[in-house]
Amino acid sequence: MSNRIYALPRLSLRFYPIWQRHWLVWKKVAAASIMGHLADPVIYMLGLGYGLGSFLPEMGGMSYMAFLAAGTVCYSTMNSASFEALYSGFARMHEQRTWEAILNTPISLEDVVLSEILWAATKSLMSGVAVLAVIWVLGLSHALMSLWMIPLALLIGLTFASVGLIMTALAPAYDFFMYYFTLVITPMMMLCGVFFPVAKLPDTLQIVAGILPLTHAVDLARPLMSGEVPPQFALHIGVLLGYTFLGFYVSLVLFRRRLAK
Amino acid sequence: MSAVIEASGLQKSYAGQRVVDGLNLSIRKGECFGLLGPNGAGKTTTLRMLLGLTEPDAGDARLLGLPVPQAAREARIRVGVVPQMDNLDPDFSVAENLLVYGRYFGLRDSEVEARIPALLEFASLTNKRDAKVPTLSGGMKRRLTLARALVNDPDVIFLDEPTTGLDPQARHLIWQRLRELTSQGKTLLLTTHFMDEAERLCHRLAVMDNGRLISQGTPRELIDRNIEPQVVEVFGERAAAWAAAHAAQYSQRFEVSGETVFCYVQEAQPLVAHLQAQADLRYLHRPANLEDVFLKLTGREMRE
Repeated sequence: MSNRIYALPRLSLRFYPIWQRHWLVWKKVAAASIMGHLADPVIYMLGLGYGLGSFLPEMGGMSYMAFLAAGTVCYSTMNSASFEALYSGFARMHEQRTWEAILNTPISLEDVVLSEILWAATKSLMSGVAVLAVIWVLGLSHALMSLWMIPLALLIGLTFASVGLIMTALAPAYDFFMYYFTLVITPMMMLCGVFFPVAKLPDTLQIVAGILPLTHAVDLARPLMSGEVPPQFALHIGVLLGYTFLGFYVSLVLFRRRLAK
Repeated sequence: MSAVIEASGLQKSYAGQRVVDGLNLSIRKGECFGLLGPNGAGKTTTLRMLLGLTEPDAGDARLLGLPVPQAAREARIRVGVVPQMDNLDPDFSVAENLLVYGRYFGLRDSEVEARIPALLEFASLTNKRDAKVPTLSGGMKRRLTLARALVNDPDVIFLDEPTTGLDPQARHLIWQRLRELTSQGKTLLLTTHFMDEAERLCHRLAVMDNGRLISQGTPRELIDRNIEPQVVEVFGERAAAWAAAHAAQYSQRFEVSGETVFCYVQEAQPLVAHLQAQADLRYLHRPANLEDVFLKLTGREMRE
């Protein structure tokens, strides 16, 4: 019994019909969804960028708006994946019993969990591209290198979807997610270099920030947006992938336990 | 005759409590087999183990000749499931539910689309093809769930309380469809706690309680084996007092439940004659049925 609970996932392409299902649902609400992806981050970026930006001639060697642009792509992709993995994932697992229906077919739990991660990452990709489009249109980044932000948005999505699913697996009800957003997601927005450089934080908080995945995402994004190869990019990618694999495995084990009944 | 579903010595405990306790079962091809039992008897856990969704603590299970849960994926390609609670996709139309579900079996869209008209016809949902699931009645949702379970043209269909919560009309339509499926040679395993459902539909039945099968056979065999053939129900305010004084004299066995006395008899005539003389007692004479067997085997006290 315990062997099977802790077994490593055997990956296959069977996640694809589930991903197709999520896509079909999404297409029905696409307009509202794109609105949601765009409005919130763009309002923050423009509001803070123009408002605060007028007091700050530059930050980190660029205009405040450009500084904020890189951070905005990162945190909005983080949010998209997190909301999808937590709220929508929980609805599919618990409320609508979509998972139960799928698990009665030749599809297994690891396929379902993988499809959740890939779908949430797809939402991140869409939200990242939407914000990037605004950034390019506004001329906040001209760098060809900023095209690398597209795969980065996907990677950020994979990371936060995998980590977020741990919460979904543990949640007794939707209220539970408030802890995660208040104690994990919001602090990351403040500590990980989205609105100001991590280097301005006290030493202890800098150490904390160094452990958090969003810091590594921002450290990749900001140089890419200004057309530079990110220093230590292998480390940052490695950290994000590490969180992804760990989150996938831990959430899978927790889902196996939860659904064993 | 080859067994399509087989279990030997199946055991499962949750938190130290044994939910299924040494269960043996053999269901033949083309059979409609009913698993009866009060809530908490272990019916759903048994279905889950036979489907390979829950791993037993001990014992073996085979589904369509394949060992489960080891080869559950291969086995489930030829199995359909109607779950106890509806889990249709609320965002989709009736037809989309079928299409999306067919893909989970690795079917091509064209294959599923070719099957959809017949499935809708079977479920009497042809004119609801494009209706969204939340607009369907309870009976329509159940029929769609049944149609969805047939999308892969399965050999075996598991149904967990397929008619719970339905009105009589909706229930009769489901029964008719299930009989059609058995006449097509499909094997059905269903759980229910409606005795009339079990008696009408099932070729063979097993009564389950506290994780064990306590009796097994055709509906007729279960009645003949476990209970006297005639039942006289006596009711009225004075019924309990009457029972204390006379019931033992006129019946092989009797039970008092509230204001009703159930008298089980080989020969009802003497009791009926006696009751006709009692002006303040009403009675109902009927043949014994499965519900009598069920209550005898599993007791009258409330569960849960």
